[in-house]
Order: sequence, then structure tokens, then C-alpha cells
Amino acid sequence: MLVVSGLEKTYPGKDGGFTAVSGMSFEVHEGEIFTLVGPSGAGKTTLLRCIAGLDAPTGGSVTFDGEVVSGPPRDFAVVFQDYARSLMPWMTVAKNVELPLMKKGIDAADRRERITRALQEVGLGDAAEKRPFQLSGGMQQRVAIARAIAYRPKVLIMDEPFASVDAQTRADLEDLLLRVQEETGTTVLFVTHDVDESVYLSNRVAIVSRSPSRVAEIVDIPLPYPRDQIDTKSQPGFAHLRGHVFGRIREMVRDANLTTT
Amino acid sequence: MKTLVAASTTDRGRLAFGTFGAVAAVTAWFLISEHSNNAYFPPLRAILEQAWNYWTTAEGVTNILASLQTLAGGLSLAIVFGVVIGLIIGQLPVVEQTVSPTLEFARAIPATALIPFAMMLFGVSSEMKIFLIALGCVWPVLLSTADGARRVDRTLSDTARAFQVSGTQRQLYVILPAVLPRILVGIRIAIPLSLILMVTSEMVGVQRGLGFVITQAQATFQLLTMWSGILILGILGFTLTFLYTLVERRLLRWSDPRGDRSS
Amino acid sequence: MTTVTAPPRTSKQMVWVTTHRRTLGRYILPTVFILGLIGLQELLTQNGALPATYFPPASEIAAALIQELSAPALGSALSSTLSTWLMAILLSVGLGTIVGVLLGLIVPLEAILRPIIEFLRPVPSVALIPLVVLTIGTGSQSALFLAVFAAFWQVLVPAIIGVRAAHPVALDTARSYSFSLWQRIRWIQLPSMLPYLATAVRLATSTSLILIVTAEIIIQMPGIGYEITMSRSVGNPARMYAYIALSGAAGILLNGLVRRLENKLFATHGLGGTA
Repeated sequence: MLVVSGLEKTYPGKDGGFTAVSGMSFEVHEGEIFTLVGPSGAGKTTLLRCIAGLDAPTGGSVTFDGEVVSGPPRDFAVVFQDYARSLMPWMTVAKNVELPLMKKGIDAADRRERITRALQEVGLGDAAEKRPFQLSGGMQQRVAIARAIAYRPKVLIMDEPFASVDAQTRADLEDLLLRVQEETGTTVLFVTHDVDESVYLSNRVAIVSRSPSRVAEIVDIPLPYPRDQIDTKSQPGFAHLRGHVFGRIREMVRDANLTTT
Repeated sequence: MKTLVAASTTDRGRLAFGTFGAVAAVTAWFLISEHSNNAYFPPLRAILEQAWNYWTTAEGVTNILASLQTLAGGLSLAIVFGVVIGLIIGQLPVVEQTVSPTLEFARAIPATALIPFAMMLFGVSSEMKIFLIALGCVWPVLLSTADGARRVDRTLSDTARAFQVSGTQRQLYVILPAVLPRILVGIRIAIPLSLILMVTSEMVGVQRGLGFVITQAQATFQLLTMWSGILILGILGFTLTFLYTLVERRLLRWSDPRGDRSS
Repeated sequence: MTTVTAPPRTSKQMVWVTTHRRTLGRYILPTVFILGLIGLQELLTQNGALPATYFPPASEIAAALIQELSAPALGSALSSTLSTWLMAILLSVGLGTIVGVLLGLIVPLEAILRPIIEFLRPVPSVALIPLVVLTIGTGSQSALFLAVFAAFWQVLVPAIIGVRAAHPVALDTARSYSFSLWQRIRWIQLPSMLPYLATAVRLATSTSLILIVTAEIIIQMPGIGYEITMSRSVGNPARMYAYIALSGAAGILLNGLVRRLENKLFATHGLGGTA
């Protein structure tokens, strides 16, 4: 349903510029959680911005339901890593969730209903009238997720959304994402540099090489849903998959270091 | 010394220190000037009496109102034009590049140098005063707004784009509030400037207003009236800045009190 | 949803596009805009859409400007305005900084003086013109006093804030290495103050020019402002516009100078970028 083919992104500069992504191809199936994992500096964010229509690729294409993506598509929602900046500080939590709904031509009553449900879903039912600065980082990211849920997108794009919160909150938010995805069946495209997170959440994991990055391998994660922080992670299958992904990434980093030194 | 320093950092301590300083300054002025024989520096008591006697009469009130009216007109025009043009320039790099040398030049012309020009255009009228105030005060508002609009946080504007928030909605709910702190800084710089331009334009021939009364009083050697006018202007400036601080605080309620507001 | 695919471009083409876009943006567009404005003014005045008595055509203004370049009035007007201006900047920045550092360090004193500062700061200094004329006279000292009175507060208040803006960790470091008071001021508080001071100096530069020109117009003391009013009252609008343009040029020149000094200062103190 979401097809990335031969994607290339080069930033202009001297000596032909800097190529962050080159020849990137993969396909995300409807209703799955698809994760891109790779070492830092692998151009994952660049790739994601191209897919979300925020940046124009310099080559190749992104197609969604058969149409080429050239600007932010109506059916995508994005959750950014920097929750402190993706929320409008001058709006209450409820207004933040409401902002993208106003354009969709949804009447006020329906909007209110969606906001209440989304906030309850993320466990912030009574924080509707608070302002972002009154909430902790984890709660702010919950608001960002609520905003995406209320928008009811076909594809939910998440750029390292849990990278800036503490470990316990991170586990909570991962489980929140799994629960919401199960209820709504939304397709999720997730980016992370955390191997555990990628294996724990996904149906499939794409290992991305260092820049100019491309997909090195796509790994199926046949662990059963619903997943659980303790049960799933103590299964031998999890350990094996985690080890495999980790090994591939380490190889790539080592190879890259060998060629540069 | 240590307790003094500690006391002067709390809110109540500062209030007490400040009150003491203000009372001491006024008392000192009052006592020192009381037996002054220097015609240029009359006793404060006489100035206060004169202020009461003149500025509460119909003539005095008319002059104050005339000044306030031009001030309000000029500042509002400056704010509206400054914000609108600033938002356009700050968001459209092509426009910015095209007009910025011209703007740079226009801004460098000291507003009062345009008094003769304004007089030629509007004659000696309140339109002339409003025009002058607007022309001088538009720059701080415009530049600050443009700068703010240029630096709207990338994640913030990306969020708006990703969720299809565009057009009027984007300007109203995302850009304008994001730039608001910078707009307010620009207006804060414009307020003292507007007072200067108001008084100046009233000095060059308009037959009403605070500046006119002060110059007139000087020409006819009524030094008490002149001093009382200066005093009224001081009070006006102080009140305006104070009220503006309240407005600012109200408008920026949403900002994190722990955060850095100057950035 | 629209459908556009990014055309594959070779990097060579990309570089060409970006460099040429830069030239276009930086030089060609602004030049065309300025020439367009001048042309429009010329057209509107030549065909009488704008009254010629108020708006002489641009060509006439340019002619007046060129003629003025060799006239003796220009040199003396420029030098008297600029020298007063320079003095005003030096005095207001110097005094403002020194008093600002003192008040920034001695908190109780600042708390006592605060209401007086807050009262005097917004007093439009032009209101003092009548008083200044009576006491100081109509010489250039009057203009200097008015300019310094206005600009001083604009430096003082940011200076106080700047001194206090020193990072607590930096101050703790100073304490743990037992810096002397002077060392602390020199190495921690003055650098932390610089960004605040930079903005203040820029404000003070334009404010003092406004006041000097005002004084020249109202008190009629020699300078650019005086030449502007003079030209109007003798019915020579072209010369008036020429002098207005000159005042703008002088403004650009001094702003540039201040900015350059600022950059130098920032560079030597290892603080990147301007505030």
C-alpha cells in the first residue's frame, strides 16, 4: 500500500553534495507495524521526511495507494521525536488534538467526541484543559499520539517517538502504541535506532545501512501479538531475532569504519 | 550586607526597597528644590500645584486627549502594518531578498528627518502626527516580526504541514502565536519611540497636545507650566509601559514560566 | 493528492541551479525592485499623477544630490551630525555599561533605584528640549545631552539584565577556583553580558540619531536635520529629499560600522553569531 522505490535524497553542496539516501526500496503492507532500524547517522529521518511528503526526494518515488506522494498526504499522521516542539504551546491539550481536525470538515460535536476518546485512549482524559508546559515529557508525547489517533490516519509515521523519554515511560508508550494499533488497525511506519524496540513492536523490521543508506535486509518478526514487555522479551525467538538484527548493524558499522580509516 | 542582598532578591523585599527609593527621591527633590531661587528649577511643590491647576482644566484635558489620540492612531497603524508586512517578509524568502535593501535604507532614515516631508504632505494636522508616529514605529515591529516569522520552529511548522493545517488556519493558529513573543518585543521598543515622535510632531506647529503646551510655555517663559508638562509626560510614559507589561503578561500566559522567554 | 515525481537531476545541474539562484536573489531581484520603484516615481511625477511641487521626479532629486556633493553646506552638516552622533553613542554606551555593571552587581542599590529608572526611562527626552534650550543653550551640547538621555536607558537596562545572566554553573566554577572579583567580572560576567549589550548598542545607535536630527530641526542647530527643514522652507523639495536620502545613507553607514565592531568583539570572545 505504501511503496518506496529507488528513493534518493542528495543535499546540494561542493563535490556533488551529500547523499543521505540512495536506492532505497521497500513496501509497507496494510495494517502492519513496519520499522526502520539502523545506526545513528543512517539518514533515517531524511528518509522519513521524504515519505511523509515534508521534503522532496531528488530521485525515485514514494507511492501511496497507487498515487505518488509530493506533499504531505491527507491520510498520514506524523509523531515527531521532539514532543516539546510538535505541540503548540499556546493551545490547551484539547485544542492541540483538535487543530488538525478543523480542516477535515468534521462538525463540532464529532470533533469533541474524537478528542475525548483519543485522550482517554492515551490515559489523559482529565488533562484536556492543561497546557503543554504543565505536563511531563512522556505525557506530552501521549498528547502527540492522541492527536494522531483522533486524526484517524491510514498511515501513522513515527520518527523515534520514544527516544527522549525515560525507560519506564518508554515501555508504557510502546505498549500504548501496540494497543492502539490493534484496536484501529492503522498501518504504522516506525523509525528507531533501538534494536529491542524495533523487534518488540514490529511485524517486520528493515535494517538500514549507513549513509548513503539503503535497506540491507528485511527481517520478519513472527512473534505472536498481543506482546508483553516481560513474556515476549523472554521468549527465545525474541532473543534470536534481536541478536540477528544487532549483529547485522554491528557488521555495517564495522565495515564502514574499516573503509573510512 | 548579606541580609540586605538576600532581602533585595525576594519580591516583597524588592517592593520595600523600591518604595523606599521612590519616596526618598521625591522627598529629596521636594526638600532641595523648596527654597530654590533658580527660575529654571522651580520648587517641586509649585510644579505639582501648577500641574493640578492646569492639567485638570478643560484646556489641559483637551491637550492630553489630543496627544493620546494621535499616539493611539499612530501606534495602531504601525502595529498593523508592521505585523502584516513582517509576516509576509519573514515567510517568503523571495520577497525578503527583493525588498530588504530598500527596507534597510528606509529604516535607516531617522523618522524625525521626515517631519518636513510629512508637513508638506499633510500640512500642520493630526494626520501629519499620526503618519509620523506610524512611519517611525513601524520598523521595530516589522523587523522583529519578520525575524520571528523566519525562525518559527521547524518541528512546529512541519507538524502543521504534516497535519494539513494550511492557509488562514496556519497563519492564525500556528504562525501568529509562534511569532507573538517577537511582535510584543517590537511593540515594546516602539512605545518609547512613539512618545518621542508624538512630542516632536507637536512641537513643530500643531496647536494642540502636550508637546505644544511645553514649547509654548517655554517661549512665553512660563517655566512652571513647562515643568508640569514634562512631569505629565513622565507619568504618561510610565503608565503606558506599565500597562503594556500587563498586556504582555496576559498574552503570553501560555509560555512556560520556567522557560527562557527572551529566545 | 497530486502527483509529481522528482525529476532525477545530476548533481552538477543541482549546483548550477543553487548558485545561480543565490545571485538572482541577492543581487538581481533587489536591484530590479529598486530600479522599478525609482522608475515608477519618475513616471508618476513626470505625467503629473503626483503633484510636482511636493514630489520632484527622481532625476531631479538625483541632480540636487550631485550638485550638493560639491556644495560647502554638505560637509559641515554631515560632520556636525556625525560627530555629535559618535559622541552620543560612546557616552551612552560607556555610561550605560559602567552603571549597568555596578547596579547588576550591587543588587540592593538596584532595587532602591529601580522605580526612579522606570520613571525616567520612558520620559520622551524631546520633552526636555525647552528646558535644555534654556539651560544648555542651542549648541551641539544640547543635541548631545538629549541623545544621551534617550540612549542611556536603552543600554542601562539590558546591561543590568546581562550581568545577571551569567550562568549559575559558570559562577560556581568561578567560586570553586576562587576567582577574584575582577576576574569574575572580566571572565564571566562581561562575556555573558555581550549579547545583551549588542542589541542595546544597535537600539542606541538609531535612537540617538533620531534625537540629534530632531534637535537640529526644532532648535535649528547646524546639521542634516537643519538642512532638511531649511530646504523645505525655501521651497526646494528636491534638495530636501536629497538630504533625507543622505540621512538614510549616514544611518546605513553607522549601522554597518556598529555591526562590524560587534562581530569583531564576538569573534575575539569566542561567542558565535549575533544575538
